[in-house]
Amino acid sequence: MPHDDHDHPHSLLPPEPALRVKALESILVAKGLVDPAAMAAILDTYETKVGPHLGAKVVARAWADPAFRALLLTDTNAAMTRMGIGGRQGEHVVAVENTAQTHNMVVCTLCSCYPWPLLGIPPAWYKSDAYRARAVREPRKVLAEFGVTLPEGRSVRVWDSTAEVRYLVIPMRPDGTDGMDEAALTTLVTRDSMIGTGLAEAPQ
Amino acid sequence: MTPERPFAEPWQAELFALTLALSEAGQFTWGHWTEAFGATLKRHGATRELDGNADYYAAWLETLEGLLDGSGLAPKPLADEMRDRWEAAYLSTPHGKPVRIAD
Repeated sequence: MPHDDHDHPHSLLPPEPALRVKALESILVAKGLVDPAAMAAILDTYETKVGPHLGAKVVARAWADPAFRALLLTDTNAAMTRMGIGGRQGEHVVAVENTAQTHNMVVCTLCSCYPWPLLGIPPAWYKSDAYRARAVREPRKVLAEFGVTLPEGRSVRVWDSTAEVRYLVIPMRPDGTDGMDEAALTTLVTRDSMIGTGLAEAPQ
Repeated sequence: MTPERPFAEPWQAELFALTLALSEAGQFTWGHWTEAFGATLKRHGATRELDGNADYYAAWLETLEGLLDGSGLAPKPLADEMRDRWEAAYLSTPHGKPVRIAD
């Protein structure tokens, strides 16, 4: 379809909040309080570099390497540093491991605290009132809505993130993965399995 | 794993980056930010259920505007004036040309 330029003699007006963000940005840049280059670097990091693929590497290594797993559980940040993973909102991370007895699940009831260096920017549902309010109150119902049904007798532990402490769930290693190497294991680790609203995928 | 775009709209990404850049420049701590943001979310969520997307970033923007107004770094009258200048610039810039505001 040809673009009807004559219908838009001027530039398209962005939505109202975009104008308000631009207003703040231009004021702060003019005052020298914010460096546009710093903003560009932040955008690049969160739009293209960090994401759940990094958390998946950590989980896969923990599955494959018992010494690394032990370190991850006792000093999560030391284990992350060993893999070259770190940065803002990841200063204090606690890894919690799913077992046959306990399933772990993470929420932020205050706002949306999340381990950015491991998982990137949280998905919309993590930030929604529905999840934030219900994850603590009725975790099993929430899990069921994510398609997760836990075996009888397995308890659910919900961890409430804060600006100080973020959590990473180490999902259980799926059956039938004994011969798989770390790279192959990585592909089984989903974002949701590291929040606790999913399980690691079964191998193909 | 299906990649998901971290931000639904460019202004949300800019708002996020602006807030982080301000915090890292020492204008407020991240703990202070989460307290203020959490309070806005709670206030908005009192009357309806927030969706975690457009609602979430609307609350984020309101929080940042409030903090910057309160600290005097970007007082509301100035922010309103700049918003109007940006609107005027969009309306007067020919389509396809970069939109700028005069100094």
